[in-house]
Amino acid sequence: MNKKYFIPLIAFMALVGLMLFGLKNDPKVIPSPFIGQPAPNFSLPKLYKPEEMVTAKEMKGEVWVLNLWASWCVSCRAEHKVLSRLIEKMKVPTIGLNYKDYGTEDYGDEALAWLARYGNPYQSVAVDTEGTAGLDWGVVGVPETFVVDKKGIVRYKFTGPVYDEAMDQILVPLITELRKEKR
Amino acid sequence: MIPEIGHFALILALSVALVQGVFPLVGSLIGKNHWVSIAKPASFAQMFLLTISFVCLLYAFLSNDFSVKYVANNSNSQMPTLFRVSALWGAHEGSLLLWALVLGGWGAAVGFFSKGIPPVMLARVLSVMGLIGVGFMLFMLLTSNPFERLLQIPLEGRQLNPLLQDFGLAVHPPMLYMGYVGLSVAFSFAIAAMIDGKLDAAWARWARPWTNIAWVFLTFGIALGSWWAYYELGWGGWWFWDPVENASLMPWIVGTALIHSLAVTEKRASFKAWTILLCILGFSLSLLGTFLVRSGILTSVHSFASDPERGLFILIFLLAVIGSSLVLFAFRAHKFRSVGAFSLVSRESGLLVNNVILIVMTATVLLGTLYPLIIDAFSSGKISVGPPYFNSVIIPLGVLLYITMGFGFFLRWKKDEPSRILKKTWLPLTVSLVAAFVLPLVTVSDFNIMTSLGLFLGSWVTLAALMWVLSLGRSPFKLPMAAWGSVIAHIGMAMTVIGITLVSIYDTEKDVRLEVGQSYELAGYNFAFKKIESVKVDNYIANRATMDVSLNGELVNNMHPEKRDYGRDQMPMTEAGIDAGFTRDLFVALGEPLGNNAWSFRLYHKPFVRWIWLGAVLMGFGGLLAAFDKRYRRMKKIVVEPVQSANKIKDTSKNTPGVTA
Repeated sequence: MNKKYFIPLIAFMALVGLMLFGLKNDPKVIPSPFIGQPAPNFSLPKLYKPEEMVTAKEMKGEVWVLNLWASWCVSCRAEHKVLSRLIEKMKVPTIGLNYKDYGTEDYGDEALAWLARYGNPYQSVAVDTEGTAGLDWGVVGVPETFVVDKKGIVRYKFTGPVYDEAMDQILVPLITELRKEKR
Repeated sequence: MIPEIGHFALILALSVALVQGVFPLVGSLIGKNHWVSIAKPASFAQMFLLTISFVCLLYAFLSNDFSVKYVANNSNSQMPTLFRVSALWGAHEGSLLLWALVLGGWGAAVGFFSKGIPPVMLARVLSVMGLIGVGFMLFMLLTSNPFERLLQIPLEGRQLNPLLQDFGLAVHPPMLYMGYVGLSVAFSFAIAAMIDGKLDAAWARWARPWTNIAWVFLTFGIALGSWWAYYELGWGGWWFWDPVENASLMPWIVGTALIHSLAVTEKRASFKAWTILLCILGFSLSLLGTFLVRSGILTSVHSFASDPERGLFILIFLLAVIGSSLVLFAFRAHKFRSVGAFSLVSRESGLLVNNVILIVMTATVLLGTLYPLIIDAFSSGKISVGPPYFNSVIIPLGVLLYITMGFGFFLRWKKDEPSRILKKTWLPLTVSLVAAFVLPLVTVSDFNIMTSLGLFLGSWVTLAALMWVLSLGRSPFKLPMAAWGSVIAHIGMAMTVIGITLVSIYDTEKDVRLEVGQSYELAGYNFAFKKIESVKVDNYIANRATMDVSLNGELVNNMHPEKRDYGRDQMPMTEAGIDAGFTRDLFVALGEPLGNNAWSFRLYHKPFVRWIWLGAVLMGFGGLLAAFDKRYRRMKKIVVEPVQSANKIKDTSKNTPGVTA
């Protein structure tokens, strides 16, 4: 018997372990160590006015949403319509964090074209070329959506594209609830 | 009544599959010949019962029988007939039934076209296929029965996702499934060989045409999917590295590797254990693809439905199939001693490079696809994976692959002289290098090194293939089909790479706001917005724009991009206007109304985009030619007159070294 013929079996076992994990842990409800913590601040250039900065601090005092997206992200496209509806319905100020997009060196033609095509529901779009803000916020993949309360505490994180049911059953009630809280 | 018949036929098919999976296999091990002989009739019976089941569900769709839950959920009476048919495999339950039917079809085909295969071997192959069928039918009957009835019968059914109401998508899943499931034949052959403990040239000759045909279906299926995404999604792209796209690409890459490694196994009795492993890997990735699409553990635009319970079942099934075959491999692979030694410069080495590159590509795609999952498990890094990752890894590997490909044609089995190869290849090398640098300089203003690289790779492979076939010095009509197949398929690869290069570098796109009567110029073409009207077709209402496209004042085409509304809370769909051409596509997508008779448009000029799919068509055609090569049909003679025809085969291979690989 030759040991090398066991390699494929062992590799497969490792993969199965991974899958089992993936199945048990609904990717949409990963607990984030950042929940319950003050929202990490960032100061990033605006997509449309690169000379101006967007910061997390200036959002303090109201319930707001941070949505992470990129023009290369296919599921963001699927999410965009749902997200736009959410923003319109709840009138919730939302910052779009454009994560590591193409052509960010010359300020993201792709990102601009994407928003021109699908519509821009964001209050402002922050350009995170290096992905540093993403790192601070503990981002796992694109898209991700965070809800921050009036005190500036991260209260919820949604991994993956927001879909209709998640919007109606999770995000809308949560935002309504958070708005009732005191500052 | 009819759905119950379908349900019952499915249960019967499961029973037959169980018999087919157990008795012939056990019989072949304990030497009961009459058990062995069950395999073939059982495979026909299974196919027959599955066909009945499928036709019953089809009938339910065509007769708008909304008492069947699956029909009510996926079809309504307003839909055109074609889409009522394709709605059958538009969602989970029906697509599983199609899977099972296709598997049954492959099984029956193996049973039917297997005259030269020894009965014991055939019995084992069909048994393994029967067991796979058992898994799928159990899955269907336990978790996703398409024949389930509703107590309250709705008057009208729900709408099929409008994205799926399209001809391209109606034929895309069956094609892809034919390919996915077709790999189960090679897999079953591999399992049978491992049980047997013997793997010879005859085995490789049985497995090769089946693998080729499965690969051809995969090729067409993937190309159709890419074409569909291009014109239907209105994104103007042709590949997105989406998890579901990757799931179909991985078995294709492994299948490509397998086709080449099978050649070595047949001709040189080498790469044996490796070939077996590739057979297992190819089918495993097909199953993994099903798992990824259906379980919803990865999010993608394609995952229309997901259900963790079903995911668990597929995972257990995956574990049983792949796990048991890898256990078998671990204990049996040492029996396959590869005898043919080869030197560093030889056709074997070339094909080894091919296989290594293809497997690294597969691993790359697999890693990128599962990355979110891995990150989830270890929650360590925070790097995002998207097209930037795939492109940066796949492109260099592809360059190496194409360079090797050209040399591969001229390499001799066993041992070759570098000087001889150089003598054969300096001409195509020089010509393609010159062409790659001169052509862009003459035709476009801005020089881009990637253009030259793409053109070089494409023309190098094309020239090498053509020079090789000419250098054989035989009449084109006397060449074996496999040789033609190989040349055509590789020229297809060349076409695809040229298409990818040119469209990636030179495509132009523009978002414009146009009022009726205004026009815009893009890449020399004038796009004039003539009018917009509202039209009503059977299953949707659309805003249809008319755009006159002209080049240097001459009208090229009238294009009609549409924005379709399928009603019932469905999101509006973009139907792009496309003017297709051999050297360029013009693509117009209608955006939103901006008031004052003005609309937003997205205009594209996509040079050579068709070449990507034309290349795939050539690849598929080449694979088909190779699968029908005469020597795979000589089997019967080998059995009847073993000595004589074995000599004949030896003779031909002596005369034409490497013609048929």
